[in-house]
Amino acid sequence: MTVNVIAIESLTKRYPRVTALDRLTVGITPGVTGLVGANGAGKSTLIKILLGLSPATEGGATVLGMDVAREGSAIRERVGYMPEHDCLPPDVSATEFVVHMARMSGLPATSARERTADTLRHVGLYEERYRPMGGYSTGMKQRVKLAQALVHDPKLVLLDEPTNGLDPVGRDEMLALIRRVHTDFGISVLVTSHLLGELERTCDHVVVIDGGKLLRASSTADFTKSTPSLAVEVTDTDTHPNGTEALRSALVAAGLSAQAPGAAGAPGAGHLLMVDATDESAYDTIRDTVTELGLGLVRMEQRRHHIAEVFDTDEAAGTTAQAGGAPLAGAAAAAADRELQPQKGGSGDVA
Amino acid sequence: MSPEPHPTTSMSKTAPPAPPGQRGEDVIHNIGYRNYDGPRLGRGYARTSLFDQSLRGAYGLGRSAKSKVLPMILFAVMCVPAAIVVAVAIFTEAKQMPVDYNSYVLRMQPVIGIYIAAMAPQAVSLDLRFRVVPLYFSRPIERSDYVGAKYAALSAAIFIFTAASVVILYVGALLAKLDFGDQTKGFALGLACCAIFSLLHAGIGLAVAAATPRRGFGVAAIIAVLTIPYMLVGTVQGIAFSQDNTKIIGWLGLGSPGTLVDGLQSKFLDGQSDFPSGQALTSMQASLYVLLIVVLIAGTYGLLLRRYRKAGL
Ligand SMILES: Nc1ncnc2c1ncn2[C@@H]1O[C@H](COP(=O)(O)OP(=O)(O)O)[C@@H](O)[C@H]1O
Ligand SMILES: [Mg+2]
Repeated sequence: MTVNVIAIESLTKRYPRVTALDRLTVGITPGVTGLVGANGAGKSTLIKILLGLSPATEGGATVLGMDVAREGSAIRERVGYMPEHDCLPPDVSATEFVVHMARMSGLPATSARERTADTLRHVGLYEERYRPMGGYSTGMKQRVKLAQALVHDPKLVLLDEPTNGLDPVGRDEMLALIRRVHTDFGISVLVTSHLLGELERTCDHVVVIDGGKLLRASSTADFTKSTPSLAVEVTDTDTHPNGTEALRSALVAAGLSAQAPGAAGAPGAGHLLMVDATDESAYDTIRDTVTELGLGLVRMEQRRHHIAEVFDTDEAAGTTAQAGGAPLAGAAAAAADRELQPQKGGSGDVA
Repeated sequence: MSPEPHPTTSMSKTAPPAPPGQRGEDVIHNIGYRNYDGPRLGRGYARTSLFDQSLRGAYGLGRSAKSKVLPMILFAVMCVPAAIVVAVAIFTEAKQMPVDYNSYVLRMQPVIGIYIAAMAPQAVSLDLRFRVVPLYFSRPIERSDYVGAKYAALSAAIFIFTAASVVILYVGALLAKLDFGDQTKGFALGLACCAIFSLLHAGIGLAVAAATPRRGFGVAAIIAVLTIPYMLVGTVQGIAFSQDNTKIIGWLGLGSPGTLVDGLQSKFLDGQSDFPSGQALTSMQASLYVLLIVVLIAGTYGLLLRRYRKAGL
């Protein structure tokens, strides 16, 4: 077993009105770990505690083997932090700013300058770095925010919603950069997001919290493997003008869990049924039911579960219908973006 | 997938192979990540660096050319009259300086006030307004380091601002061949007066600035806090004097930061107060002056600490 970079033990944080974290116990191993949860789930609160800046009400945690309650200052020397909000003064250049932040991390002036040049290059900021940051795009600002978290070569970085406010392209670039922070720089990453789907590709592990409680923690591979799911498509007949719906009721009656994969507008989605294949007999049940109803079986294939489906049960279907289940991003979706956005069977997977 | 050997990647932990299609740029851009094995100098160093940066910032150094204009003009306005006083004293072969060290500084309060009003917000409210503060606190330094460094930096900036003209007066006095012993003693006490003035005013300026993150408000609020009570106290003292109520004049001086320093220096630093009666403070009054100055310095520092407890991430 690898040693945990972060070990959280029965951690509780109570504010006067809310319990932000509720007996959270989870270990985080080296690599890229996604911390996922809806707004208010307690992600930022957890980061504050891990940096030793906010005392836990009960329980505790260690970061890189150091106790958050007693060794905050030592932890912060070896950990980088990227806040979710804007944090850049507009009238200074990225270079000046990151050099200053490097010195605040304890780097001597010469090293601070060298590492600033290196780090800004690694995050993809070139000539712009000498210009005042007030004129930067959101993508550039996010890169500077990441650079200041990396400049002192930490062992671990805590990134709070780094893709927030970025357009789809910027989001992908940021996620690729985060992946490189681990693969190329050898720095472990804890990255938070309220979007489950985007962390699937980036993270080795995903921790899902909800209302301060641990919902699930496992490797991304486990997440997507867990319950295999069958995609079934049938034809309509005269007796069953809506073959899909007829099959769905029949399967549910037979004790299987079957539902339309959401995304009403997606091509072909109306004819598709997702059935949880709990064991081998599910195949037989589906085949028999289709025959009994006299429907034509167009296809039956195994599909990976998306980690987003962890939330299917408690999320309103209304929000999932938007944009055909594609990842929401950009200015138009900014408001919807604030919500946890499950991405059920998108058109791309079905076709 | 064998990484290409590259001279500059020898230090790197992992040298990623260049993605296909980027070969040409590889030489320039794709130097592998280098780990940092050098010293990490910790809290004390970070605090000193922050002091350094803030002090330089108070004179626009390390900032845009535009930021240098106001502090430099004000600095000149502060020093030029001192230079003129000196020139006159030398030219007329005066037997004593027309103005003593402490009085010069205290009479220049309007200029100092503008300087503080411009620089205190710059020192703290930018970090608050643009939410840079959490980035400081995510590093080894603690709240007290940040507040201490900012307080010390603005105090030092005001001290330089005020002490420069005291130095000019002193050098002038020596050039005019005035008594060396007398002048050196006056000079030393003058510097002490500047130090107390700076500590007190830096605290007030920062506390007001931190409470008003909008820069424009901060400037106005500091000017108001420094000048309105000062003028009120002066006016009421004048009225008291015209009604022959001289006893109350010393008590009234407790009412503004400027008159506090004035009263204090007249009692302990061998100066002459600007109070209408010219009467010395009673020892009871003097101890209250000292107490109030200490309370104000400690109080503004405490207020700042509290302000940053909320400003953490
Ligand atoms: N300083 C605070 N005082 C009181 N309540 C807080 C404070 N910070 C966070 N909370 C509450 O704790 C809960 C978790 O917040 P947060 O950690 O910011 O969630 P997330 O980052 O996952 O969106 C929320 O209900 C929030 O309102
Ligand atoms: Mg948050």
